[in-house]
Amino acid sequence: MMSLLGIAAIALVIVILFQISKAGEMLNELGNTKKAGDTNNRVQANLFLWTLIFGLLAIVWSAFHYSPMFLPEPSSEHGVGIQRMYFWTLVSIVPIFFITQILLFGFAYRYKRDETRLSHYFPENNKLELIWSAIPAVVMVLLVTGGLRQWLKITGPIPEDQQEEVITIEATAQQFKWDIRYAGPDRELGKKAVREMSDDNPWGQDWADAANKDDFVPTEIYLPVNKPVMVKINSLDVLHSFYLPHFKVKMDAVPGIPTQFWFTPTKTSAEMQNILDDPGFVYELACAELCGKAHFNMRKEVYIVTEDEFNAWMKEQKSLYSQFAAPQKNADVDTEQEKDEKVNVDKTVSAL
Amino acid sequence: MASTDINIDAHEGHGHDHHDDHHHEHETNFVTHYIFSQDHKMISKQFLITGIIWAIIGVGFSVLFRLQLGWPDESFPIFEYLLGKWGAGGKLDAEFYYALVTMHGTIMVFFVLTAGLSGTFSNLLIPLQCGARDMASPFMNMLSYWFFFAAGVVMFISLFVQTGPASGGWTAYPPLSALQSTSSGSGLGMTLWLTSMSLFIVSSLLGGLNYVATVLNMRTKGMTMMRMPLTIWAFFFTAVLGVLSFPVLLSACILLIFDRHFGTAFYLSDIFINGEPLRNAAGQLVEGGSPILYQHLFWFLGHPEVYIVILPAMGMVSHILATNAKKPIFGYHAMVYSIMAITILGFLVWAHHMFVSGMNPFVGSVFTLFTLLIAVPSAVKVFNWITTIWRGNINFTPAMMFSIGFVSLFISGGLTGIVLGNPALDIGYHDTYYVIAHFHIVMAMAAGYGLFAGVYHWFPKMFDGRMMNNNLGYIHFWITFIGSYCIFWPMHYLGEAGVPRRYFSFAEFNFANGFEDLNVFISVASIVVFFAQFLFVINFFYSILNGKRMRSLNPWGSNSLEWTTGAKGIHGNWEGAIPEVHRWPYDFGKDGYEHIPQTVADKDLKEIKTSERLPSR
Ligand code: HEM
Ligand SMILES: [Cu+2]
Ligand SMILES: [Cu+2]
Repeated sequence: MMSLLGIAAIALVIVILFQISKAGEMLNELGNTKKAGDTNNRVQANLFLWTLIFGLLAIVWSAFHYSPMFLPEPSSEHGVGIQRMYFWTLVSIVPIFFITQILLFGFAYRYKRDETRLSHYFPENNKLELIWSAIPAVVMVLLVTGGLRQWLKITGPIPEDQQEEVITIEATAQQFKWDIRYAGPDRELGKKAVREMSDDNPWGQDWADAANKDDFVPTEIYLPVNKPVMVKINSLDVLHSFYLPHFKVKMDAVPGIPTQFWFTPTKTSAEMQNILDDPGFVYELACAELCGKAHFNMRKEVYIVTEDEFNAWMKEQKSLYSQFAAPQKNADVDTEQEKDEKVNVDKTVSAL
Repeated sequence: MASTDINIDAHEGHGHDHHDDHHHEHETNFVTHYIFSQDHKMISKQFLITGIIWAIIGVGFSVLFRLQLGWPDESFPIFEYLLGKWGAGGKLDAEFYYALVTMHGTIMVFFVLTAGLSGTFSNLLIPLQCGARDMASPFMNMLSYWFFFAAGVVMFISLFVQTGPASGGWTAYPPLSALQSTSSGSGLGMTLWLTSMSLFIVSSLLGGLNYVATVLNMRTKGMTMMRMPLTIWAFFFTAVLGVLSFPVLLSACILLIFDRHFGTAFYLSDIFINGEPLRNAAGQLVEGGSPILYQHLFWFLGHPEVYIVILPAMGMVSHILATNAKKPIFGYHAMVYSIMAITILGFLVWAHHMFVSGMNPFVGSVFTLFTLLIAVPSAVKVFNWITTIWRGNINFTPAMMFSIGFVSLFISGGLTGIVLGNPALDIGYHDTYYVIAHFHIVMAMAAGYGLFAGVYHWFPKMFDGRMMNNNLGYIHFWITFIGSYCIFWPMHYLGEAGVPRRYFSFAEFNFANGFEDLNVFISVASIVVFFAQFLFVINFFYSILNGKRMRSLNPWGSNSLEWTTGAKGIHGNWEGAIPEVHRWPYDFGKDGYEHIPQTVADKDLKEIKTSERLPSR
């Protein structure tokens, strides 16, 4: 009923507007068309002017009004660089926006029709064309070089001097969840293959690969602050995208083609709660590539913690090996190696 | 060369033969006149009206999903009424949300803005403005429309299949679009989508080849390339873009069909689904394909596609701005070269859609360079448009209003392209609402304005000298113009907050939550804009039957050839000989004349009665 009424109301408005317009046209027909044309041009020109003024005011006001809800200063090293790049990009485009819109609407207003004059015959001017090709070209070159420097740094290898302390994790996407495998104390992810996957080996790990012995898959993501994190990304079914908005991290998860992204978190979750004055704040992992029905709901929480907290948390985690492939289950695994592994784990943890 | 000549001659002969008795032949036979017509003007009307119907459906879909985004907790009986089980209890099903988004995107980009815009006006204006009696091959032209129509029928049927229409986005990335079990829209719906797209591609190739051939071979005497209106230049390069890039999409679709039905693995590898590794019918593991390959093939069309959509609008806007400002288009040569530059660069930037797809980052760098370079010819065009109205003498016809609106939108949306073309920045904004804001403003809305401008301007050429109601046009313009900024500008703010696109609900994530007021605002604006379009639709159909007739043969004081034909469109366009051209189409305000039609030779200038000489401003 309500919707019927609504539609009726809308139809009524349309019919009224239509009738008024038709009547207006008829009046013009009867009266002096030239004068009607002049009035119309004046009205439209004024409307352009007012739209310009109110439009620009609304844009400025709303930008300031909503800016507190924008993402905060990025919590990663490269994110801060990106933000700086964005600032300089805005410095070059915002003035152009205002200048060109003002000229466009300003000219529309200023040069409305006047029957007693002709327009100024001005078909071309190569100097002008040159100026306004050259200036954008130079600005673009600057932006390209700045952008590419950032991009190659972000996508390039982790610097030598930080190689030692990289935390390597692997994000595996499937409809509709993320699973994170940690490389564990040996800092190396074990080999795995889709063909090996089964109930007894949910990640298809190759147990002959020693690097697999300490890998674990926790329910939450914990990462230490100020250590480079290397995320190896893959998918088991369709495309997904590993998206950490607060860190400016985004990379597609592609079945069959492992991808990666490394970043260095710079603010712990607790620090962010303080900065934002929001005790409920959590970092979130989302999916940014359409992957089906529940694409909007592939959430996982991310905790950035101090190094000590991280080590303590690591200790609590049980390796997949111990759950799925430990000797009692899988007799042919060398117990010697197992022991070695244990020792190794202890050494690394105490070293940290 | 010889063969072309023969073709033209044969064709012209055909045109003349018709002449004497053409009225009988064409008006008595309903089928050849209105349905299987080979007259370019009728075909253009067919494209336009089909496009309008699709636009109502496509924009209607966006209103439906905006209801969901604006009021996620509300239930709307209209969902159940329209969508049945997908809207049970007035709640939109998430799966169907994605179907609506996918259909919205596909319909708007391909059916409305490619066929509806380029199909309509290339058909209408190429022969009329070049001075030809019809297209190079009227028969292929007719086929082009009917393939489009068939594509539409298939797409329309897909809306009603049990498992729902395709729901993998208008980009249809595999494996989601390849594996039926990953989404219910990837079943029959996707098969129909692929079939429909294949038909559509055939249609656009038939059309495009024809446009190129006509522009190159069938211009009237004196119509050198550099005397062509900018509309024709734009249609020409649009057709070139389409002819070179659509086949690549066809190959992408065909490979996808093979992956879906014949057990190949072009796009598939290492997939684990339904609790087991994916095997083909022979029991072998599916390995070795690359989903990224599809993305390359898709965007090799996909990016040129945005220029296919926007170039015709640019051409028409250039022409309309000059005509109604009564001032030559500024920098005609620069405009032509910039269209050319955009066409060439348009082929070299596709991978900017794939910066974070897993593609080699170095490849991304190369594409960045070309992407930001393409900003240069675009900037030149904007500055030239602005200079065109500077010191002009502007008559605000509805077409002129929409053209000015076009320039405003193109600036607003184009500038954020500079942000997104920078791969470092795109990491943050890719697949967020920032992108939605960008491409709707610069492409979707802007091209839509080009369509409106074109219809208001050339309506009398389509419908036997009738005009649309101007006042209704103004109301339509203002609601649409302010409304489209209200819809899409705030989406930048969502983007700044990192809100991803293609989200059925924002409530699951803290960072995406909290924009309830803005989402309601956007939805209200889109409902208003949607209903305002009916002002246009009513005006359009009413004026076909009852529009007032134009007072002179050249109501806007234009210089181009289409206004030298009679008020009533006839088969063959000109009653007598095709006029000869003596100048470019933008002699406005020159030597004291308000406008000098292309058909006037310098020696005949004294005779034109346009006006007494007026002072220049
Ligand atoms: C009033 C008019 C329109 C409204 C309110 C509107 C709204 C939207 C919104 C909100 C989305 C994003 C949905 C999501 O990601 O969940 C979208 C997607 C899209 N729209 Fe529009 N739109 C309109 C007109 C147009 C036009 C004229 C075009 C023509 C090019 C267009 C092309 C697209 C495309 C290509 C997508 C992406 C679809 C996908 O993600 O697969 N839209 N639209
Ligand atoms: Cu997803
Ligand atoms: Cu592109």
